[in-house]
Amino acid sequence: MKKSYKCEVDCANCAAKMEEAINKIDGVKSARVNFMTQKLTLEADDDIYDEILDAAVKACKKVEPDCEIEI
Amino acid sequence: MTRKMKKTRNRIIGVLAAFIVLLIVDHIGLFEGLSWPVIFVIYLIPYIVIGYDVLRKAFINISHGQVFDENFLMMIATFGAFAIGEYSEALAVMLFYQIGELFQSYAVGKSRASITELMSIAPEYANVIQENGEAVETDPEEVTIGTMLLIKPGEKIPIDGIVVEGDSFIDTSAITGESVPRRVTEGGEVISGCVNKDSVLKIRTTKNYEDSTVSKILELVENASNKKSRMENFITRFARYYTPVVTIGAVLLAVIPPIMGLMPFADSVKRACIFLIVSCPCALVISVPLGFFGGIGASSKLGILVKGSNYLEAIAEASTLVLDKTGTITKGEFKVTEIIQANAEISKEEIICIAAGAEKFSNHPIARSVIEYHEELHKNNDALADDNNELTEIKEVPGHGITAKLSGEDIYVGNVKLLKANNIAFKESDKPGTIIYVAKGKVFIGTIIISDTIKEGAAKSISNVKKAGVSKVVMLTGDNDDAARVVADKVGIDEVYSQLLPADKVERVEKLLADNNSGKVAFVGDGINDAPVLMRADVGIAMGSMGSDAAIEAADIVLMDDDIGKISAVIKIARKTLAIVKENIVFALSVKILILFLGAVGIATMWMAVFGDVGVAVLAILNSMRAMKWSKEDMNG
Repeated sequence: MKKSYKCEVDCANCAAKMEEAINKIDGVKSARVNFMTQKLTLEADDDIYDEILDAAVKACKKVEPDCEIEI
Repeated sequence: MTRKMKKTRNRIIGVLAAFIVLLIVDHIGLFEGLSWPVIFVIYLIPYIVIGYDVLRKAFINISHGQVFDENFLMMIATFGAFAIGEYSEALAVMLFYQIGELFQSYAVGKSRASITELMSIAPEYANVIQENGEAVETDPEEVTIGTMLLIKPGEKIPIDGIVVEGDSFIDTSAITGESVPRRVTEGGEVISGCVNKDSVLKIRTTKNYEDSTVSKILELVENASNKKSRMENFITRFARYYTPVVTIGAVLLAVIPPIMGLMPFADSVKRACIFLIVSCPCALVISVPLGFFGGIGASSKLGILVKGSNYLEAIAEASTLVLDKTGTITKGEFKVTEIIQANAEISKEEIICIAAGAEKFSNHPIARSVIEYHEELHKNNDALADDNNELTEIKEVPGHGITAKLSGEDIYVGNVKLLKANNIAFKESDKPGTIIYVAKGKVFIGTIIISDTIKEGAAKSISNVKKAGVSKVVMLTGDNDDAARVVADKVGIDEVYSQLLPADKVERVEKLLADNNSGKVAFVGDGINDAPVLMRADVGIAMGSMGSDAAIEAADIVLMDDDIGKISAVIKIARKTLAIVKENIVFALSVKILILFLGAVGIATMWMAVFGDVGVAVLAILNSMRAMKWSKEDMNG
């Protein structure tokens, strides 16, 4: 499953760091944090998708505490 | 401005006012006589007001193991300033950092908004016609295939469909960049994203919203910034090393000179702080992708979809342009242009009549053109005998043509090979185009010449492409050599390769790729049978034919209205974008390096350092915005 979320991220460097952090999570097929379109696109297996999404949000908050992701 | 930005703005205004008051008070000497802890606290309060979020983030990030982000750097730099007793400097640096950040996010937000504005083709609603005839506003995503929609004048067509009722002009410019409205009538196809201009249309949807042209385009353009160019990747990698290296430099600068007794500790710390402030790579990390995003936005405004920054980068370096002939340079519409009688006894009408009879079951474009010509002839002249149904035993000889019988006599309709194989004496034609020879009863009776028409403006498009910097234009075609040469000469092509099968085209492009040691090879095709070649070339450009899926899928760049005149436009946009990006990289790095140098020798102030960080970023962002600006002259000149 592949889905996009609106993601408020303030700087391009942070976006790159978030992307890297999410891609390191086990079970993530691909993740993109797009600073230009302010979107997070996450692809992972259906059955573990929700867990991975949670982990991804946590990973983002770790990089930038202010970042907001609409789910 | 978002709420967050407004809050920051108010904080900045308040602290700025306080800062000015403090400066005045300090200047008239009111702080003299106060002990340092008191002055420290006086400055610390506004410092905390303006910088608390930076400090907070810095602490959180350190606890997460994220050192070296800009918050941390600002914190260390300003703490350093406090430590050496430069209280007003510390407050000023934090204040101007925040002002810069605000400008930066405002500028980025603005440019992001104006780029998305360029692509404001998404429909907000669809008017679904209910059984009772009333139209109800519905979310386009909820509309199923086969639903009747009402489109009033001035409204966007939300979903692809077929006109059931009505007759109107639609503005396709948002999709194709073509400003002349297109007329649609009953039975005609309409594409989402176009605007209905003058009268009410009823359409039946043929696709779901997510498969409609508009959402496909949006998805494509949005994802385009995910495919990063070499330049962007370079900057990302560069940023990863730049900050730590400069920070280590700062530490060394703070520690070594005082140990060696070269300068007092306070001086070296001040210089180190300047290093820390300049060590943020923001200017580059934001302005580079923003420039590419702008270039992609500008292209999409013209009806050119670029699928990634990397392709924009590649097309800017195009030195060889390879074009497919049919459907790209020519319209792909075959027409009978000439009929030549072998002798005066058999009329032109009879020749075409026999040929059309033989070809009547074929769907080949060449055959269709003969049949159409024949039908046209009959429509205009009732007196013509219609003997074309009397042909029997119609047989197709692959690669040769067709044989049949007409009242006992053998009929041959085909190419040179067919007549030679049957030992029929004939006069070979040297006319350009596709040639059909017709023979009746072993006697050659005539020749039919079929040609494809060259697109209007093809010659100008090719000369524009050359002006834009492409040095070699090559044409590939499956057609015969003569037909290819005539077209090539008319439009100004440098090299022609004819009689190629699809596999030969791939081979040809591979050879061109191998021969081409400077620049990139771009291939332009209509996307239906050229998919392998589109994939193989450095940049594959396809004719989108208003939403042809195969083309959009295989290509890197899609010309939505099949106009090859757009190729020079996209090359120019790409070159401009790259030039802007390079300007930004050179500008930002040279300012930063200059400030680092001046800081090391003690000439630069912290104010200069703040400019080197956020000021440079704002200027670079403003410069990047130019990438999305496009004018008519850019396209034609």
